[in-house]
Amino acid sequence: MTDSKYFTTTKKGEIFELKAELNSDKKEKKKEAVKKVIASMTVGKDVSALFPDVVNCMQTDNLELKKLVYLYLMNYAKSQPDMAIMAVNTFVKDCEDPNPLIRALAVRTMGCIRVDKITEYLCEPLRKCLKDEDPYVRKTAAVCVAKLHDINAQLVEDQGFLDTLKDLISDSNPMVVANAVAALSEIAESHPNSNLLDLNPQSINKLLTALNECTEWGQIFILDCLANYTPRDDRESQSICERVTPRLSHANSAVVLSAVKVLMKFMEMLPKDLDYYGTLLKKLAPPLVTLLSAEPELQYVALRNINLIVQKRPEILKHEMKVFFVKYNDPIYVKLEKLDIMIRLASQANIAQVLAELKEYATEVDVDFVRKAVRAIGRCAIKVEQSAERCVSTLLDLIQTKVNYVVQEAIVVIKDIFRKYPNKYESVIATLCENLDSLDEPEARAAMIWIVGEYAERIDNADELLESFLEGFHDESTQVQLQLLTAIVKLFLKKPTETQELVQQVLSLATQDSDNPDLRDRGYIYWRLLSTDPVAAKEVVLAEKPLISEETDLIEPTLLEELICHIGTLASVYHKPPSAFVEGSRGVMHKRLPARTGSGEGTECPDVGNAAGGSAPEAAPSIIPSQGDLLGDLLNLDLAPPTTPAVLLPLLGGDIGGSPAMGAGFGAAPAVMPASLNAPVGGGLGDLFDLGGGVGMPMGAYIPPKTVWLPAMKAKGLEISGTFARRAGVIQMELVLTNKAMSVMTDFAIQFNRNSFGLAPAGPLQVLTPLGPNQTIEVSLPLSTVGPVMKMDPLNNLQVAVKNNIDVFYFSCQYPISMLFVEDGKMERQVFLATWKDIPNDNESQFQIQDCHLNSEAASNKLQGSNIFTIAKRTVEGQDMLYMSIKLSNGIWVLAELKVQAGNPNYTVSSGTRRDR
Amino acid sequence: MIGGLFIYNHKGEVLTSRVYRDDIGRNAVDAFRVNVIHARQQVRSPVTNIARTSFFHVKRSNIWLAVVTKQNVNAAMVFEFLYKMCDVMASYFGKISEENIKNNFVLIYELLDEILDFGYPQNSETGSLKTFITQQGIKGQHQTKEEQSQITSQVTGQIGWRREGIKYRRNELFLDVLESVNLLMSPQGQVLSAHVSGRVVMKSYLSGMPECKFGMNDKIIIDKAGKGGVTNEAGKSTSGKQSIAIDDCTFNQCVRLSKFDSERSISFIPPDGEYELMRYRTTKDIILPFRVIPLVREVGRTKLEVKVVIKSNFKPSLLAQKIEVRIPTPLNTSGVQVICMKGKAKYKASENAIVWKIKRMAGMKESQISAEIELLPTNDKKKWARPPISMNFEVPFAPSGLKVRYLKVFESKLNYSDHDVIKWVRYIGRSGIYETRC
Repeated sequence: MTDSKYFTTTKKGEIFELKAELNSDKKEKKKEAVKKVIASMTVGKDVSALFPDVVNCMQTDNLELKKLVYLYLMNYAKSQPDMAIMAVNTFVKDCEDPNPLIRALAVRTMGCIRVDKITEYLCEPLRKCLKDEDPYVRKTAAVCVAKLHDINAQLVEDQGFLDTLKDLISDSNPMVVANAVAALSEIAESHPNSNLLDLNPQSINKLLTALNECTEWGQIFILDCLANYTPRDDRESQSICERVTPRLSHANSAVVLSAVKVLMKFMEMLPKDLDYYGTLLKKLAPPLVTLLSAEPELQYVALRNINLIVQKRPEILKHEMKVFFVKYNDPIYVKLEKLDIMIRLASQANIAQVLAELKEYATEVDVDFVRKAVRAIGRCAIKVEQSAERCVSTLLDLIQTKVNYVVQEAIVVIKDIFRKYPNKYESVIATLCENLDSLDEPEARAAMIWIVGEYAERIDNADELLESFLEGFHDESTQVQLQLLTAIVKLFLKKPTETQELVQQVLSLATQDSDNPDLRDRGYIYWRLLSTDPVAAKEVVLAEKPLISEETDLIEPTLLEELICHIGTLASVYHKPPSAFVEGSRGVMHKRLPARTGSGEGTECPDVGNAAGGSAPEAAPSIIPSQGDLLGDLLNLDLAPPTTPAVLLPLLGGDIGGSPAMGAGFGAAPAVMPASLNAPVGGGLGDLFDLGGGVGMPMGAYIPPKTVWLPAMKAKGLEISGTFARRAGVIQMELVLTNKAMSVMTDFAIQFNRNSFGLAPAGPLQVLTPLGPNQTIEVSLPLSTVGPVMKMDPLNNLQVAVKNNIDVFYFSCQYPISMLFVEDGKMERQVFLATWKDIPNDNESQFQIQDCHLNSEAASNKLQGSNIFTIAKRTVEGQDMLYMSIKLSNGIWVLAELKVQAGNPNYTVSSGTRRDR
Repeated sequence: MIGGLFIYNHKGEVLTSRVYRDDIGRNAVDAFRVNVIHARQQVRSPVTNIARTSFFHVKRSNIWLAVVTKQNVNAAMVFEFLYKMCDVMASYFGKISEENIKNNFVLIYELLDEILDFGYPQNSETGSLKTFITQQGIKGQHQTKEEQSQITSQVTGQIGWRREGIKYRRNELFLDVLESVNLLMSPQGQVLSAHVSGRVVMKSYLSGMPECKFGMNDKIIIDKAGKGGVTNEAGKSTSGKQSIAIDDCTFNQCVRLSKFDSERSISFIPPDGEYELMRYRTTKDIILPFRVIPLVREVGRTKLEVKVVIKSNFKPSLLAQKIEVRIPTPLNTSGVQVICMKGKAKYKASENAIVWKIKRMAGMKESQISAEIELLPTNDKKKWARPPISMNFEVPFAPSGLKVRYLKVFESKLNYSDHDVIKWVRYIGRSGIYETRC
């Protein structure tokens, strides 16, 4: 007899019959009845009416029957909470059963019954079971704490279960340790700030010991937990790596991937010149390759992860190209992933092989795969210059096949090849033109049109070709329409005589007959350009185009770092941070790779070691609320590719008046500073210290001395000098206007050009009385920071226009960045720690301030006057380290570390700002 | 962690479902059915995200097993778990089919309860599970107290895979070196990629808690031994290569990995009965047992001529078995004439291939097949993709060249020694994906 017989009873009065059987005296009959009940439950029938009868069967010493009843209870307790109470007594009793299997079963099941009333009764048995003599019961109880926490977190904390759970990490039984680690990790995820998983060298040591002894699943829990730890220095990092590497030979792929995660993360901290670093790199390749002989689903997970690893550390797998060759029977998802990795690994050394493979793939059946293969050939051409010629000829071969989607895909990539290698392969244009008619996808049509327009001078019948597209202009997609408009304008600029009619036609189609605003706008722009200044039009439309990059689809570095910390998990499969697909608090935490430390010294600040462990909270995203937008604006305006936006560094430039020290200050961070920022900033940190000032001088922001901004001879007798100050939270522009002319000046007004920080006059220039000859007036103009923004060069440059009854005068001046420091720039200590860690090394710069005779106390006070706040201070070997934060008016935070050595007049400043993601 | 597990039949009806987490709603079961099982398109990924819920699935014959979760779980672990679950089920009731699942649903529930707790995989070793799973296993009430604690300590303990007190009258062990050799060859006979993935499967019938040590002709060990001045079997190896370079190997959880890492020695206390001791992969100096030489000629638009030669490349004294060559034919094939020197060849229209079978073939021989394929004229523009010619076979040696040097057994408490154990070693090389493009 098999279980399927239980499914077959469909007679009327079935429930009634079951009821009778459940109350039978015979054990066997009871058991059969419960099985029938569970069978009905499985197929979705409502058997909740039998609750009391089933619960009655619970009191039995027959383990099999008991398990069946428990199964029923787990399913129905929630819908019948009042009746579930009936079972509590038996549960409590079972938790004391002499048989450990029953004790564990009871505590496990109780945790699954998510009824508040029951959870209250669970506490006492659970407490006992956590200290049970039998490891099987303890390991079950450990997971039960996590269950209870999920139902009622407060209860778990109040009852002190968390501490008991922490104690279990030192348990003698490896499986208990593993489950305790799993439970704690999960609980810690919902309490990002708690120091629940108190990872320190001692506890890490315990985990590493348990790692050698526990089940494969336990090893995964422990490795995933280890990955959240941040070693104190490179030595500790190395010793953990040494103890984790044996896991790479485990048969379970998840153990291997989790070990890879730990190694990839901790490797960050090892100095690259270390022998061990090289050894480790070599050890990583074979296990990764082995993962590819696992079942296809696991291969897929492995390949998604390898994709990340290859981007982070291409050197690991650079010699392993062959293993990523596609097999005919691979599932499509494996094929596509392999192809991705092949492109990433393609190099001069292996390009011949890769191309031969890609050509093979381009004849396969699956359309997506073929397209990707064709596109890959184009990527290879762009990536490896030596191969470009071969790639182009391969693509031409493929075009000859006349397979529609192959041709289209090939044309799209050839367009990119033209852009990468101008004036090299244009001879193939004729072949491309032959296939014009077969193109039916917008992307391919647009690419072809681009080619025709770009090389109009070499294609005799370019006008005919483009005209043929024009016929169905309104049926085309926007992409094609835009491209067609541009192409015809290009053609017109190259062959103006024959194509005047054509260009007029397209312009009128775009501007008058189209509903699409983008198309209309572009049409109008061309129209005006062409009608007002054809020379300028030529310069604009036929301008040299920027080079296209070699690599595409690269994951943004900060995201990549985060994903590396999630190797093996869903995040690494989706290539998305957990917050993108996990609801609630669990996904919010962002993980980071540890920073490379020097030899144990360096960027440490108090408690960073602890805070940087996995539990380090992501400083709320509101830290740099506007930076992204601002930078976006800045970058859009000057159309440059994104550079590291460490634009704030020069504000800490050296000494008064731009003495040589200032140059040195900038020299320290050349990598991060765009060249445009090299101009000295009027008031640097050095100024803020104000050499002349003694102790006890009044607190207040530094104000640079007035300088002449507009000499009289340039402004028909009006001389303007001035400075900037921050008084009571308001930025003031203090102007001195002197009339050196012979006539009276009236009607003063002022305006600013757009500038980096959006400075704008908050009111009109208050010059009420006319300014007579040789008269001087001092005006102070309050400024706001909500004006339009444009990146200036240098950054703190301000272009001003002053108008009077005589004329309009223009001048530019530079304001000290320090006046942009806002009063609420004191960062939370915790946030500071997290943010400090977050700053990529590249965004950090260091320099010295020379000849400053203040002690750290006085310096701190003085800086506070300028809204530079000291967050923490500590003393190491006679050196005072001050940790400071600054917030700019546009919301960007700058963090700094100031080293002051008693008796040494030179200060060292390291500062950085975080880059927004 | 794992939020729940659903098992569906091919129609998408739920056979078994178990939900471990509250965040998994009732509609999750339907979401997977509608979006994956009933999806019109071919499955493009084993991981699917539907409305912030992630589904992992594997398919066994026409049964779908799906894990559902809302958290950022360890994806590799989920798939490993699914495979393990399949193994465990298979070891209890054989093939995973709708019928078997319906016949064993109580057992599956009990297993799911024991293997996963709150979505955390716990113990998945069939050996130890069988000691306390009540369905078709030992019943709880018959156990003595000692037995009970023995079960728990085994399940949780360091050596979870073996129980104490095993006794055999005859201590015996069988070692099978099973290799599958994979090849991808260009039509011109150039090896595009080749590797051997091998497994060492051991059946042990040993008393007590024996400590075993396994040795093979691993290049690293032999080189080490050579340097140390110790001359053992390696020195007198007569034929072929002395040692092989293993690219990578993975071990059963009984093997002490840290010891392998430091000394590269493979030592362990074996589970009782059959299990897989290690897996390995080699890519260098592989003996490719067969070479396939294809010749495909298109004669006009309606005819193809195919000639395939296979050559065996191993010692003439050895015999290869179960040789099968599969020559794909275009979809518009209307008729095929085949002539082969050896074995039997047949055109199988349903598989779009000519299947040529040879029962046995000795080393250093060659054989040939020629076929004429008639094609129906089509106006399909798409070219025939020419899938590769694949081959299956079995040979009585290890294509990687791996040799077992020793397997020593120590059991200090019982009075039997290494010499008393009867040991059997067998080598089988099979074709994995053995393809030649044409």
